[in-house]
Amino acid sequence: MSTAIDTGRSTAAGPKKAKLSDRARGERSLGWKLAGPAFLVMLFVTLYPIVYAIYLSLFNYRLTDPTGRRFVFLGNYVTALGDPLFWQAFVTTFIIVIVTLIFELILGMGIAMVMNKIVIPRRTLRTVVLIPYSIITVVSAFSWLYAAKFDTGFFNHWLNFFTFGAWDLNYDWFGGRWSSLLIICLSEIWKTTPFMSLLLLAGLAQVDSAQEEAAKVDGATWWQRLTKVILPNMKAALMVAVLFRTLDAVRIYDNPYVMTGGANKTLTLSMLVGTETIDRVEIGMGSALAVILFLIVLIIAFIFVKLFKVDLTGGRN
Amino acid sequence: MESNISDKTKWGLAAVSIPIMIWTIIPILWIVATSLKSDAALADPSKNMFGNFWPKSPSLDNYRLILTGGASELFNPALLNSIIICLVATFIAVLLATFCAYAISRLDFPGKRLILTTALAVSFFPVIAMVTPLFNLWRQIGLFDTKIGLIIPYLSLTVPLSIWTLSAFFQQIPWEMEQAAQVDGATSWQAFRKVIAPLAAPGVFTTAIIAFFTAWNDFVFAVNLTSSNNARTVPAALAFFTGASQFTQPTGAICAAAVIVTIPVVILVLLFQRRIVAGLTSGAVKG
Repeated sequence: MSTAIDTGRSTAAGPKKAKLSDRARGERSLGWKLAGPAFLVMLFVTLYPIVYAIYLSLFNYRLTDPTGRRFVFLGNYVTALGDPLFWQAFVTTFIIVIVTLIFELILGMGIAMVMNKIVIPRRTLRTVVLIPYSIITVVSAFSWLYAAKFDTGFFNHWLNFFTFGAWDLNYDWFGGRWSSLLIICLSEIWKTTPFMSLLLLAGLAQVDSAQEEAAKVDGATWWQRLTKVILPNMKAALMVAVLFRTLDAVRIYDNPYVMTGGANKTLTLSMLVGTETIDRVEIGMGSALAVILFLIVLIIAFIFVKLFKVDLTGGRN
Repeated sequence: MESNISDKTKWGLAAVSIPIMIWTIIPILWIVATSLKSDAALADPSKNMFGNFWPKSPSLDNYRLILTGGASELFNPALLNSIIICLVATFIAVLLATFCAYAISRLDFPGKRLILTTALAVSFFPVIAMVTPLFNLWRQIGLFDTKIGLIIPYLSLTVPLSIWTLSAFFQQIPWEMEQAAQVDGATSWQAFRKVIAPLAAPGVFTTAIIAFFTAWNDFVFAVNLTSSNNARTVPAALAFFTGASQFTQPTGAICAAAVIVTIPVVILVLLFQRRIVAGLTSGAVKG
């Protein structure tokens, strides 16, 4: 395996590297010949659309009125950022991100700790926990939707049973913003906690058990061992898991689309881009919103990488 | 971790694992239960057990409806589209990523970190941001509502993931064995075929499964870049089942379709659980 120090930023060999051996030069050229196609495909399928989106976002352009297309510079951005609907979608999205992240972290950590130490049924638990990951998000959304609906569902029946009849059998979960968001979050949490727990389990495996043992001998409580020994030692894995999930949750689309279609103020940013583009064929405005969402993701990633010093490619090359 | 785990902890953990497994299983059981309900039983608690959960008299009518009956025109093409589109997107991605990951793990060239960072950045790209420009472009060049029109954006999901997962797998391969085989008199083709290919194959296969899942799961592109059975995949078709009839919600049919597309994937996961876990977490911890 290569152990050479790789600064990696520039693709072309600098002048100071001119005296490379033929073999090294051959390796470089072969390296890019092999890796190049995949790299180009990635650039083509993402960089090109986003550049095109930036261009389109500068126009007032509606598909139903192609001749009315005119250059408005940042006009779409000003309109979008001044629109209460945008901020409502922004708030909805981040409520979902924060709520799901908190619960996924707590549940994921709990499941990871159980998976880490469990003896019976070790194999079965690890397999069962992976099932939600393999379910299509849309299927998960339908499952939770039908479970919560007052006519076809079982939620109200079970809640009614466990509260000895106090719960209203006809409670409409999708009648209000907060109860709708609750079900959306539940589906999201159910679907993604396994992935979270696997990432955290991989982090847990790196914690030195001798340290934990030593803390135990010194009389540290379970909580002290968790917060003072385990969590600090797996900080890297923890931050990567949080970043992965945050960036994934910001683009939430499937669950609210299937469950509410954005009704009752449950429209998310991704859905806003979709409706603006496809339903209202406002290509210019849709593109501006797409660029704004892209920037939000960039800012979050930047904050994590710079402020929390998350090393994402750590350990590679 | 601790080898001398006490009996109390052992059974305590086993007890804790039960609610975890129930929480995981219930939504799956629920969708199976709903798919087995007749229309009459859907909203009638007296025809179901356990608080409107499991039907007292399960029926396979919903499966008949989507496989051979009225909804089959909607479901069968979607299933075929999903399989074709996801297989092609997976195949291209794994092929490209195999070369790329091989170069990253074996050769010394500048820009490795750039490629890995790009792969990571692309996999967290908000996919909806690609929909607007692609929607506009595809309509102009005739790729809207075609299979190719979905395969191309799916590459943005499958290629980075494959590069990331495969380069982690490839870094664990003892490449020296190739030279060792050649020293022992094998030709380079023999060394590759008999030594390297068997070592690399499990990683490539696992990567293909994970990439396929990701494409299979996509809804954003499928729902926005298609408009008919021409290219619409299963997740998008499921959402349009709802719109098909306004007065009777095809709840049972959707659930039956959901079960059909879920079962093969769950079986894959059960069979290759260990490898998939290794592949999924390779991106996050040192590979």
